[in-house]
Amino acid sequence: MSKFNKKKDAALPAVNTASLPDIVFMLLFFFMTVTVMKDSTLKVENVLPNATEIKKLEKKDRVIYIYVGKPTREYEKTYGTESKIQLNDKFADASEVGDYILMERAKKPQELQNVLTTALKVDKEANMGIISDIKQELRKVNALKVNYTTYEGDAFRNLQ
Amino acid sequence: MPKRGAPPEVNAGSMADIAFLLLIFFLVTTTIETDAGLDRMLPPIEPPDTDVIIKQKNIFQVSINRDGQLLADEELTDIKELKAKAIAFLDNGGAPSGSPDYCSYCKGKRDASSSDSPAKAIISLKNDRETKYGTYITVQNELVGAYNELRNREAQRLFKRNFTDMEAEYLNPETPDDVREELKEKVKRIQDLFPQKLSEAETSSN
Repeated sequence: MSKFNKKKDAALPAVNTASLPDIVFMLLFFFMTVTVMKDSTLKVENVLPNATEIKKLEKKDRVIYIYVGKPTREYEKTYGTESKIQLNDKFADASEVGDYILMERAKKPQELQNVLTTALKVDKEANMGIISDIKQELRKVNALKVNYTTYEGDAFRNLQ
Repeated sequence: MPKRGAPPEVNAGSMADIAFLLLIFFLVTTTIETDAGLDRMLPPIEPPDTDVIIKQKNIFQVSINRDGQLLADEELTDIKELKAKAIAFLDNGGAPSGSPDYCSYCKGKRDASSSDSPAKAIISLKNDRETKYGTYITVQNELVGAYNELRNREAQRLFKRNFTDMEAEYLNPETPDDVREELKEKVKRIQDLFPQKLSEAETSSN
């Protein structure tokens, strides 16, 4: 009998947690390296359309973003429900797009200034009028490479 | 005399807590997915010095109205048929054999009243100011799809793989340089067979 009772009052050994910081640090470094900070809060609705023939936008440092869409609910009172352009953190007029591109371009290193892409993140409910105005402005400042950012998916779903 | 010994150990018990805090912060702010979309080049604003005369038959006119209806080559077209129509137009190769524009790899109908060769064929896209952006993207997607399908066909014939694959590998920054060099030539060759000539006219305001 006594054979089985031997360890009766031995406490449960504590789990060694010495390597926990190492594991956590490993995870931390992983997330630190893959993180891209969200650089601007969206003030417009931004449901992108779907497309199938898409190309990935590599190298985020070569991209300038322009958002277009209806103002979100909290801004609806001030800015109405028509589609608006958002540059960085504020609403802007189509005529300001050119200056914005030039400003952003000046911020980039010299060797990247000629290879910049303008990513248009446009809500699928927006009208083409505003897009045409933007395109016209982009042509004026010679920012000819554009990317219509979309989700990957069946393009015919845009029509519904 | 104070007791001398090894310096006291720093208590590292809270290190895990600090690391967790940072970890959670980065977890919350992370967006891993990369953006993707349709790449397009806008036409430069300066008009070309010489006016190029383009024959009417080499232009495939696509117009979208405010209700999202399509007019392709003066016919009301369903958006689902646009790709097939664009392919038929690009792949037509109407120039007679022997002429400098003759297209030896075209598999189209060789209709003399449609485009001469893929190098001459131009797709012109026009839209109304009230057109929905979603519709516009769908049309763009279909037209790019038409080019990609033809390019894939030629790439399969010449190099036994898809053009879209080759291009994605070529554009991927992780591809080694020697592979990329080799791909560059192939990609260029296919692009020359079916150059993407998609003109975006300024929108009509009425």
